[in-house]
Amino acid sequence: MGAYLIRRLVTLPLLLLGISAASFALLNLAPGDPAEIVLRQRNPAQLPSQAEVSAMRIELGLDAPLPVQYVLWVSQALAGDMGRSYVTEQPVAGQLASRTVPTALLTAAALALALLVAVPVGILSARRRGGPVDAIARLAALVGAAVPSYALAYGLIILFAVKLSWLPALGYGSAAQVVLPAFALSLAPMAQLMRLIRASMLETLGQDYIRTARAKGLAEQTVAFRHALRNAMLPAIGATGVNLGYLLSGAVIVETIFTWPGLGQLMVGAALTRDYPVVQGFVTYIAVVVLLVNLAADVALRIADPRLRFSRDRM
Amino acid sequence: MAFGAQRSGGRVPVTSVAGGSRSRLRWIALLREPGTALGLFLVVSLLLAGVLAPWLPLDDPTEIDLPDRLLPPSTEHILGTDHLGRDTFSRVIHGARMTLLAAAVTLALSMTIALTVGMLSGYHGGWLDSALMGVVDLLLAFPSLILALAVAGALGPGLFNVLLAAGAVWWVGHARIIRGVTLGARQMEYVTAARGAGAGNLRIILRHIAPNILGPIIVIASLDVGWIILGIAGLSFLGLGAQPPTPEWGAMLNDARPHLQTAPRLLLLPGAAIFLAVLGFNLLGDGLRDLLDPRTVRPGGSPALL
Repeated sequence: MGAYLIRRLVTLPLLLLGISAASFALLNLAPGDPAEIVLRQRNPAQLPSQAEVSAMRIELGLDAPLPVQYVLWVSQALAGDMGRSYVTEQPVAGQLASRTVPTALLTAAALALALLVAVPVGILSARRRGGPVDAIARLAALVGAAVPSYALAYGLIILFAVKLSWLPALGYGSAAQVVLPAFALSLAPMAQLMRLIRASMLETLGQDYIRTARAKGLAEQTVAFRHALRNAMLPAIGATGVNLGYLLSGAVIVETIFTWPGLGQLMVGAALTRDYPVVQGFVTYIAVVVLLVNLAADVALRIADPRLRFSRDRM
Repeated sequence: MAFGAQRSGGRVPVTSVAGGSRSRLRWIALLREPGTALGLFLVVSLLLAGVLAPWLPLDDPTEIDLPDRLLPPSTEHILGTDHLGRDTFSRVIHGARMTLLAAAVTLALSMTIALTVGMLSGYHGGWLDSALMGVVDLLLAFPSLILALAVAGALGPGLFNVLLAAGAVWWVGHARIIRGVTLGARQMEYVTAARGAGAGNLRIILRHIAPNILGPIIVIASLDVGWIILGIAGLSFLGLGAQPPTPEWGAMLNDARPHLQTAPRLLLLPGAAIFLAVLGFNLLGDGLRDLLDPRTVRPGGSPALL
């Protein structure tokens, strides 16, 4: 376990370097001169002159060769300076930091909601396989996976905010304002998790040791919850990384709709205005978060499943 | 992983007549499943609407008619009109065309990359395999919509750029599956036999390995289209993809945002269209997976664009 953890922790910075270099190259190889984009952002009324563009290139440090720019960017990022937004001229690191809490709140609420529904329903669905509960749950999962979060969000706003006036439609700050965005965000991962837990519970319930437990005369409750559940939950833990991906991707859209002041909203604005320092900072930041959460999930999986700790070949 | 390969590769001496009727029976069994039948119906409807849209007796989806704006449904405009007086029904039907086009381009692009990377990795093995799969693992850890958003942000808004972005990020998971199937197929005895008979690498790949990959690819592709539609429409909704006045479902939703209170149907109709299209492909994909290959699909479902 110790050696495994060390190996993972060593590869982590290498992965980060890879991702940041890739996004850096992508942004700089893309068509269009950032200096010109900046000037047009700041003054859309007139086309910038050649001299202005050259001056801006020097101001932004774009006159240096690309590898030099990248090394400079990395060394500054390590010191906590990720450059300044082309559009707002605010420090990128500060913007990322101030928008982390709202996104963390939203994704945590959505994940909690997804787990709260998916785990019991998935278990029940597997235990009553083929019954009416199972049929309804599977249908719901099918529908849930196909509903676009953006359409669902507007459906929720129309129903609960416009027609019924039960909940606020937009904004950030109160507990009531979390409900609609968290639900809109949680439906897709909820459906996916439910299917996953149902499938893995069914597989576990078919194992020999479950038959043994039943043959011993244990109550069905005990068999399901003491013997089957632990193993059935393993794939759900393993899928944490994928689910985080769902949630962060979904947050980009849901935050935009509900004017939630999180990272997703920042990224959409930056992508629309081609605000490269923000895009670069965001991508690197998300990479850090995703890689760390994946690592945490793998470690948790190893703690929950002793078999993994003894298999050496698996990374 | 090599289950599909073993199954089709190991059973050579089946007479063609028996094989044909059995496979026909399996296809009929596919349609007996109500979910799959519904999926097929939805997909066929979408295809018909998309292909036939320009020849159907519909209003011009981009013709602006300001006096007739935001009309409720009537016999003249069965789904009403939008904020510029354009016929909503016509725009939804034409949207199917854009959606199909976008899905087809993205799928073709991502499959080309996935096949190249996956087959190269699985067939060549060694350092190339390690290097390519290292890149795949790196990208797999990253949420694909955010990656697509970054690519689209670098290239600037536009449907073509979004399709490039989606294609560029969407191959990653598939490359892994194709690598696995290729790896399995490469170790089959008939490949050794072909090599012994003097067949070159290209011939082995095209004649002996490619047919084994076909089943998984059909399954991946059909399960994928739903995710691609969700993702592309999502990017268009954010304003990065199709630009007005293009009748595209995501862009229509974006367009209708200011009219949430007065004309909610302008949001709900394109939303419902996306839902039905995605549901159709997901149902069909599930059915095809059960039919063609129960083992080679990645565990836990596709990592979603959304």
